[in-house]
Amino acid sequence: MSPTTTRHAEQFDDAAQQREAATFGMWTFLATEILFFGVLFAAYTVFRTLWPDAFASGSRHTDLLLGSLETAVLLTSSFTVALAVRDIQLGGRAMAMWLLVATAILGVAFLAIHGVEYYADYKAAVIPGIRYEEVGSLAPAKQLFFVLYYVTTLFHGLHVTIGVLLLALMARRVRRGDFSADEYTPLEISALYWHLVDIVWVFVFPLYYLVGRS
Amino acid sequence: MTRAEHTPPSYLTDGNTLRSWLLTHDHKRIAILYAVSITFFFFLGGIAAALIRLELATPAGDLMSAETYNKTFTFHGVVMVWFFLIPSIPNTLGNFLLPLMIGARDVAFPRLNLFSWYLYVTAGLFTIACLLLGGVDTGWTFYTPFSTMFSNSHVMLTVVGVFIVGFSSILTGLNFIVTIHTMRTRGMTWFRLPLFVWSMYGVSLVMVLATPVLAMTLALIAAERLFGVGIFDPALGGDPLLFQHFFWFYSHPAVYIMVLPSMGVVSELITAGVRRRIFGYRFMVYSIIGIAVVGFLVWGHHMFVSGQSMYAGIVFSILSFIVAVPSAIKVFNWTATLYKGDIAFGAPMIYALGFVGLFMVGGLTGLFLAAVALDVNLTDTYFVVAHFHYIMVGGAVMAYLGGIHFWWPKITGRLYSEAWARFAAILMFLGFNLTFFPQFLAGAEGMPRRYHEYPAQFALLNVLSSAGAALLAAAYLLPIGYFLWSLRYGAVAGPDPWGAKGLEWETASPPPTHNFDRPPIVNDGPYAYDDP
Repeated sequence: MSPTTTRHAEQFDDAAQQREAATFGMWTFLATEILFFGVLFAAYTVFRTLWPDAFASGSRHTDLLLGSLETAVLLTSSFTVALAVRDIQLGGRAMAMWLLVATAILGVAFLAIHGVEYYADYKAAVIPGIRYEEVGSLAPAKQLFFVLYYVTTLFHGLHVTIGVLLLALMARRVRRGDFSADEYTPLEISALYWHLVDIVWVFVFPLYYLVGRS
Repeated sequence: MTRAEHTPPSYLTDGNTLRSWLLTHDHKRIAILYAVSITFFFFLGGIAAALIRLELATPAGDLMSAETYNKTFTFHGVVMVWFFLIPSIPNTLGNFLLPLMIGARDVAFPRLNLFSWYLYVTAGLFTIACLLLGGVDTGWTFYTPFSTMFSNSHVMLTVVGVFIVGFSSILTGLNFIVTIHTMRTRGMTWFRLPLFVWSMYGVSLVMVLATPVLAMTLALIAAERLFGVGIFDPALGGDPLLFQHFFWFYSHPAVYIMVLPSMGVVSELITAGVRRRIFGYRFMVYSIIGIAVVGFLVWGHHMFVSGQSMYAGIVFSILSFIVAVPSAIKVFNWTATLYKGDIAFGAPMIYALGFVGLFMVGGLTGLFLAAVALDVNLTDTYFVVAHFHYIMVGGAVMAYLGGIHFWWPKITGRLYSEAWARFAAILMFLGFNLTFFPQFLAGAEGMPRRYHEYPAQFALLNVLSSAGAALLAAAYLLPIGYFLWSLRYGAVAGPDPWGAKGLEWETASPPPTHNFDRPPIVNDGPYAYDDP
């Protein structure tokens, strides 16, 4: 992402071609990401079908309040990043920078709330492989629920972390004046990535927090 | 032909330091980096294969222990699949030719391209570390729960290596897809793309969409081993079949990662050798995409005896028959292209014809294995081993070498010795058949795979096979010799020694760093050999 103004890298004919390539590259990358998460969702589907009772019981362990809060935080962050892109498109700068800072802070908040949840799990001893003290006939299958919950949320959290770093970088570049209403591709594709992070959570949340709770 | 002095320096002379190679963004130099590293791994995997054939030359397990044998064939499989076959054509010929063939200066993301080579090398170091520390004995398939609960070998190291090399694949695929979509020169419409480019497009789709599934599955294996949790372990409520589904969801399409590029190469070789347009260009394109898509839906044919449901078996069987249709279309179209043609039997054409024949044998025996009732008898026998070696060695390696010969003058600017090249190609074809055809017979008689000893009744077939392997080894070593010779003593090739069509032949050999003096303009489809 070296070009800062409407200059373009030497392999491209012009800036328009570069923009098209960068955007399309990110979309292709997002397709890959969907397959990454797809494995975890497929495993969830298989095990939920195999062990419905254990998974329902596992679902009841997750914290509905904190989970809802995380969802609200992340959805809001998607809104702020979209506004930041819009502001740049309209020729803004200061506003866009603060919106990006806000998005990054919301991302950090999401991770922090998740940390609270993980700590509660640790105290309740439902972290497989670290501290898991469930007993009873459902315990082995319930362990599967938590394994998938942890792999999925940690992998998602990794994406949130990368996203936060990316957005902070973009905020810095906006402040430096790297982008204009004509040239903002890096910002746009970072926002695209952030929306993916958000959308994945929109699937994680109902599957692990809502389904089979009652 | 004579544009020597006042042209820009070729990519080979544009910077002579090690640094200028290791930090290059030039797709052609990255292709060379890949070519050198995959050749290294090819011979490493080849040594393992030689040891296997040596052990199996006698019925008794006298050369190595069962455990060492397991590690040897695992190493052979892991190295050949992930460090040779999958990157072979896409990362060497693909990297070199794709931008040239579409008239671009480079791929869309040159730094990402270099980065994927470094990922490959890092992954390779993990695999070599694993070998030096004592190896891994799970087979290249890492079946659970053996790989997660029971194996005491270096599963983690290997899994990490394969995980990393997967990212190299994904990034290459991503780069190619974007390059083909956005970097085609003026007039290079989708249906004027050479079939090699189409095959790169198909293979990139598979790389980008299948490899993440493998990566995540391997991550789950690592989690299971590290934390003792039971995702795939039935004792802890997990499901080993789920592992097999995930694994083959990647690893069956991976077969097409190996063979689709070969089909692309062969289409170029055949048209240039017979100087004709390809027969049924559009159907060739549709069949590439058809294979890429349907290839995603047939993974269950690796699992007929695994305990998946009977209905799943039937569905996967039918889908596996369907995927043979586009493959057959390609074979028929190659044949039709050659029919009554004036064929020049240069080394590339010999490789191409070898590919078509061996791929056909591999494909037809694949139909045997796609039939559930037959597969139940043949699974885990040498019939399966022979079948996939016909596709992978007879198909992919033949096409890779054919392609290397065909584009060698373009890559190096020199001509190799045609007589030696023909001799090596024919020796390879004979050696290959002698190695693997007896394995069909041994497998049909019930010889199981993956044992270091076998009943004496299979001795003759195995001796033949081991003898064939020796011929094959010689045939693989020969090109190293005459290729190196050609670098110094070979005749200067000129831009287009074969009189072949395609944008890559319109620039100098070796091409300048940015490929073309000015962006080429295309106004006809590929293989326009009928044009004056």
